[in-house]
Amino acid sequence: MSVQKFPGTKLSAKEMYSLPGLVESSPQAKYEFSAGPTISRFLKGLKEGKILGRRCPRCGRIYVPPRDYCEFCHVPLADWVEVPDTGRVETAVVSYISVKRERLEKPEVVGVIRLDVPGYPEDGYEFAGLFHRICMDPEEAKKDKTIGMKVKARWRPPEQRTGSILDIECFEPVG
Amino acid sequence: MSRVAIIGVGWYGFKPSTPEVHFQGMMFESSSRAYADANVDPRKDVDVFVDCQEDMWEGIAIADEFAPEPIGGALRPTFTVAGDGLLGVAHAYMLINSGLANVVAVEAHGKPSEIKTLNDIYYFAFDPLHLRPLPTGNPFFLAGLDAQAYMARTGTPRESLALVASKNRSQGLLNERAPYAARITLDDVLRAPYAIYPMSEYEISRFSDASVTVVLASEEVARKFTDRIVWLDGIGFNTEVGTGAVELHQWGRMPSMRQAALMAYKMARIEGSPSRYFSLAEVEDRFSFMELLALEETMIAPEGQAHVSLEAGDYDFNGPLPVNPSGGSLAMGIQLEATGLGRLVEAVLQLRGEAGQHQVKGARRALVASWRGVPSYTSAVAVLSSEVNS
Amino acid sequence: MVTNLFVKDRVAIVGAGMTTFMRRALETPRELAWEAAKMALDQAGLTLKDIDCVVIGSAPDTFDGVHMKGEYLADGSGAFNKPMTRVYVGGGTGVFIPVSAWWHVASGLCRTVLAVGEEKMSPAHPHPQYVFRYIWDPILHRPLEPNLIWIFAMEMRRYMAKCGAKKEDIALVSVKNKRNALDNPAAQLAANITVDDVLKSELLVWPVNELDISPVTDGAAALVITNENVARQVTDSPVWIEGLGFTLENQHWENRELAYPRYLNYAARMAYKMAGIERPWKEIDVAEPYDPFDYKELHHIEGLMLARPCEAWKLLKEGYFDRDGELPTSPSGGLLGVGNPIAAAGVMKVAELFWQLRYEAGKRQVKKPVHRAVANAWGDLMQAGTVIVLGN
Repeated sequence: MSVQKFPGTKLSAKEMYSLPGLVESSPQAKYEFSAGPTISRFLKGLKEGKILGRRCPRCGRIYVPPRDYCEFCHVPLADWVEVPDTGRVETAVVSYISVKRERLEKPEVVGVIRLDVPGYPEDGYEFAGLFHRICMDPEEAKKDKTIGMKVKARWRPPEQRTGSILDIECFEPVG
Repeated sequence: MSRVAIIGVGWYGFKPSTPEVHFQGMMFESSSRAYADANVDPRKDVDVFVDCQEDMWEGIAIADEFAPEPIGGALRPTFTVAGDGLLGVAHAYMLINSGLANVVAVEAHGKPSEIKTLNDIYYFAFDPLHLRPLPTGNPFFLAGLDAQAYMARTGTPRESLALVASKNRSQGLLNERAPYAARITLDDVLRAPYAIYPMSEYEISRFSDASVTVVLASEEVARKFTDRIVWLDGIGFNTEVGTGAVELHQWGRMPSMRQAALMAYKMARIEGSPSRYFSLAEVEDRFSFMELLALEETMIAPEGQAHVSLEAGDYDFNGPLPVNPSGGSLAMGIQLEATGLGRLVEAVLQLRGEAGQHQVKGARRALVASWRGVPSYTSAVAVLSSEVNS
Repeated sequence: MVTNLFVKDRVAIVGAGMTTFMRRALETPRELAWEAAKMALDQAGLTLKDIDCVVIGSAPDTFDGVHMKGEYLADGSGAFNKPMTRVYVGGGTGVFIPVSAWWHVASGLCRTVLAVGEEKMSPAHPHPQYVFRYIWDPILHRPLEPNLIWIFAMEMRRYMAKCGAKKEDIALVSVKNKRNALDNPAAQLAANITVDDVLKSELLVWPVNELDISPVTDGAAALVITNENVARQVTDSPVWIEGLGFTLENQHWENRELAYPRYLNYAARMAYKMAGIERPWKEIDVAEPYDPFDYKELHHIEGLMLARPCEAWKLLKEGYFDRDGELPTSPSGGLLGVGNPIAAAGVMKVAELFWQLRYEAGKRQVKKPVHRAVANAWGDLMQAGTVIVLGN
């Protein structure tokens, strides 16, 4: 009773590109996204060399990146808080490929930083944190001790900051 | 099948552009208002969250990533229907009737002001092999073909199409959600040059940004939250043909809307003439001819006769069956996948007697019919009723 | 979640179909959908006339290169003058298609539903991965020029760090699934490989090598889902949908523990509760956990409570999840072996369980007797958990 043959016809790359009527089409898709008030303020903070978070008036969580509203309480967030630009490496990887999947000449280390923001349990499921580059040797990054390692933001010089996540060049090991 | 109740609605926007807010901010605003209106706590009372959107409208691949948080659905059963908000309402109806959920929230949004290449995005919905390569100039030419075929088949004169535009745009002046309302006369429309033959710019709806949220509940639990209940007596939806097979579409007709209406009417147990059943209708009018065609496909008007009733004033605000008292999409704009829900909100407010300046007196039963727009042939129809306003 | 578990109607799967999974299909997306739908109908002994409603699932529109893809696939999926919607939870869509078909039938709105998943990834240029750029947050993430594999590598690394698993432990999933796929005529990447082959394949984003990942695939899969009445008329061996669950976690994966999929666990608990399952690790006989990456199968086995957190990789080494093991996982060959046309891959997993529960899987049939099975899919920014529990 089991099926022995399934429908479908596979082509080789050569066959595909020599098909008559192969249509090339690239969407002209352009958008201008509103960052919204919260992320705009966060980006402004970065320009000033500060990482800003936002506190939920109901549950007290401090969100970094900041949000407009608390996902657990569904209420608008109120206070702004400047948080430390230090934290620990939650996870880190070494990328050998670019966004287009081309080989990179120099591998790049990226990861998630669990920021030193008060109010979260030490090893809790949720935390305040950022996704960013980590300035360190790729081979070092692969070692077990990298996870949990202390890091600090390396800021671009004030005159080069544009109000972007790239105003932080990367996080780098401290101590 | 048991009745399903609409217990709350909320909206944000209905403006030509909304630079003050991120699309998720819009979703949060509309959903907060709907939950307050329904008197529910989304984190405790809502069982399932349905979001309606399409990737290319959002400019984000897998845009449903961004759905849960703003509508209170994070870490909860939340999913997306890639389609008009009324299709999300159909899912809510099924979820409640299957016994899986007691309370369902449906959100839909559109922020077309952020899409800088809207016509190209429409083209991207065309079949890549046999439609996209054609030099058609404007993706809405498909609607022009339908308009022509409809006029030829029914003998509807051009003036009737123009009359729809002047009626709806003027009607919208009383509606706070109608940014394109204007005092436009029949002559203004007829004197304007054609934009897509046989329609002028006045007869083609423009775009606006909005998020709309609707909260639905089973009959048993609805009363726990509110006594301002509007009943969803029927919901129907249908797809005639795929966008890859537009050749098979019945030009000048919208069979998907007829099938959706039949489905919804059967559910609502409407027998006899639907035109006498409803106290108002909010129907598709993103192109002027579509209002007339929609009235025929929903069997409000006999085939080919909608223009006669229109000219007689039957669909005027003070007529026997006000059609698009909101001003329709011609006045409110198209909010992409939120278009159908925007019209549903209008109907709910009318049935609750809360439509303000454009309240239809004694509104008790409403028809809502939407089409997903070019190049789709998918429609949805909802039948609503209430006792609030009796 | 106030879920009413006393569901009025039982819902059954009575037919399944799929295309061969392959890179560069000659067929257009609509034709792929049609082939799978036709096969599912044939297997159920039904025709399009018997279908009341259609549910379509497909992941990002950008792959097939068509906006409003549900509308595009409509006629190929049998939605010609029929109620049709397209449901969407990113990579979790595949399993979500039959999940949503369930309420089409259980609500009484539709008697028989055709549930179709399709994806054609080959047409995207320069590489389908580039398309994934658009899944990142446009303001906070895209400036870092991320590759899609980054986030999965970050999750894999976190799992390794938290659970003490090594790359070679995880590579065993790839070895197992590609081997299982040798018995699957629809498979794209069936092979007898070793752990060493995985470790020596191209290093993309450490710790992820090429053979840790499922391929770029074109394909479609479909199911016919109906109520008890129709099911009893058309087959002696319907497969029942006994439980379903779905959860969408917040979008902020950089603010969450990645070593354990909390969202999947929530969805699994919902599904097990509905199915009356209290000890899934004992009551489930065969599973198709979602495996676009090898570590993901382990991750999902734990989220589905088929193993304790951080223990799946140890059981894997003992052969526990082999086809003749105590709890076979991905007997189809999974996404790693059969291929990963996103939404279609999830449907393929449910189709495999359908065949397993009817003892129709041929050489892929697991050794032990089977009564209950579970499949899951996962998607978005490590957010979506979709679960279905089947029984015979």
